[in-house]
Amino acid sequence: MVALSQKLLVTSMDKPSRRSPSFNSDQIFRLASLSSALLVLIVLAGIIGSMIYGGLPAFREFGLGFITSSAWDVQRDEYGAWVAIVGTLTSALIALVIGVPISVGIAIFLTQLCPPWLKRPIATTIELLAAVPSIIYGMWGLFVFAPLFAKFVQIPVSRIVEGLPVLGTILYARVPSGVGVLTAGIILSIMIIPFIASITRDILDQIPPVMRESAYGIGCTTWEVVRHVLVPQVGVSIIGAIMLGLGRALGETMAVTFVVGNANRLSLSLFDPGSTIASRIANEFNEAIGLQLNALMALGCILFLVTFSVLVLARLLVARATVK
Amino acid sequence: MSSIALDTSSAIGKSTANTAAPVRIAVRDLNFYYGDFRSLKDISIDFYDRQVTALIGPSGCGKSTLLRTFNRIYSLYPEQRAEGEILLDGQNVLSPSIDVNELRARVGMVFQKPTPFPMSIYDNIAFGIRLYENLPRSELDGRVEEALRKAALWDEVKDKLRQSGMGLSGGQQQRLCIARTIAQQPEVILLDEPTSALDPISTGKIEELIEHLRTEFTIVIVTHNMQQAARISQFTAFMYLGELVEFGPTNKMFMTPTKKQTQDYITGRFG
Repeated sequence: MVALSQKLLVTSMDKPSRRSPSFNSDQIFRLASLSSALLVLIVLAGIIGSMIYGGLPAFREFGLGFITSSAWDVQRDEYGAWVAIVGTLTSALIALVIGVPISVGIAIFLTQLCPPWLKRPIATTIELLAAVPSIIYGMWGLFVFAPLFAKFVQIPVSRIVEGLPVLGTILYARVPSGVGVLTAGIILSIMIIPFIASITRDILDQIPPVMRESAYGIGCTTWEVVRHVLVPQVGVSIIGAIMLGLGRALGETMAVTFVVGNANRLSLSLFDPGSTIASRIANEFNEAIGLQLNALMALGCILFLVTFSVLVLARLLVARATVK
Repeated sequence: MSSIALDTSSAIGKSTANTAAPVRIAVRDLNFYYGDFRSLKDISIDFYDRQVTALIGPSGCGKSTLLRTFNRIYSLYPEQRAEGEILLDGQNVLSPSIDVNELRARVGMVFQKPTPFPMSIYDNIAFGIRLYENLPRSELDGRVEEALRKAALWDEVKDKLRQSGMGLSGGQQQRLCIARTIAQQPEVILLDEPTSALDPISTGKIEELIEHLRTEFTIVIVTHNMQQAARISQFTAFMYLGELVEFGPTNKMFMTPTKKQTQDYITGRFG
């Protein structure tokens, strides 16, 4: 026995064709993949760094007033972000108010009520909706939607609410052109519906069937199952899905630039033209120099900060569904 | 006695089958289809009032499928359908005119895995009651307590009724689900492998609970555990490949089965 094992040992050591895996090549491979991974971090850090560097002169010039001031005067070189911030938040909020109920409705229909033959067509349509380039939404919004919106919504509604206390301000169009913050919000809602709907659908699909069965098993109607059991079960994750949509709505540029009206005027009316941070940058970056460019960079910083934190929070919330 | 390979002889016949009990559920010529696949074949069987009937058989034999027809929970899936008759107190539950939600309140079901709803312990019980009854607060409190006591859970949760039901242990969660079912005061309780996800101590508690519940409810339990069937049931049905092979009082089924297949399965020779 001893002799045999010794012999085996010797032959295996002596075999010339066998060699230990090269330490060097493995190390190179490791470094290569590490550096690919690090590259994204470096790029992200670079973008943040250069944005802050570019925006710093504007922040230094105007201080906190940059955020609270609603001035944007290229002639006098005075810049403030307030109008754009308000426009960004308002249009995104409108998008959520319209988009969330529809998206959640779509997700509930697809996972709970939809007959199997209809599932695929609807799901595919939603995916296609997400694949439409935003410039298309912008063009369609400006050339097709806005005129119709002016004719059939802005003009009649303005006529009805004229003189009324609150509505007379919020829903009154001085110039019924069809473009404005509300139009932007509506177009944005169409753009975020596919995202919220498909993520919410995935979240609802992750609920084990036995949960649903046991809710039906005590005699719940579909509405009661959805309202009291399924949605509370994944509530936090659905909020995460909504915030992913919000992140997109805040940063969306092309479509909004077409339909928001691009006016730097603080108006209480949703029918009036306004600006968002992204649309302001898209409109002015071409001829901006000096402090104006710094101001645009500073705007970019603010947008970056807001969308980044919204998305991080959203991811954390969505992830909670998969952990459970 | 040679057929008893498992150490169940001591437990069998703890409570003998009452064959004189009225029939609660009468199944007649039941066929069940998953799409084109026929998974139950001409099943006819009676379930007796306030007796525990165990459905046993190898995986895929159709015992869970049979259980799932009694409250029509299968109808959540459009490709599944049942043909035949299931008479609950003489009323055919497969008839389209039956209100399934009301049926499910009358025929409660507890599943393999505990499924507490995302709400407080109190609301887990009260939710099911509120669906069908509009009770004043004090009465509702009483019903919740009664259900939790019957499920042998009251002493463990009485100080934390407002806490989430998800925070309980697996065994407690399963007893919570049983309490939820009892609270609706059903006539029949269906248990689909209720202890398969639980540890032996929790399993013991649930089995003890089933023994108590039998005095009030007609119970049908699907189980893979032969000893469990022998311990807690008065009647046993053995199913194989979608057919009902043999049905009878549990002690007879385990001591002197008439069919060779039953004997082989019970002694662990196949399945």
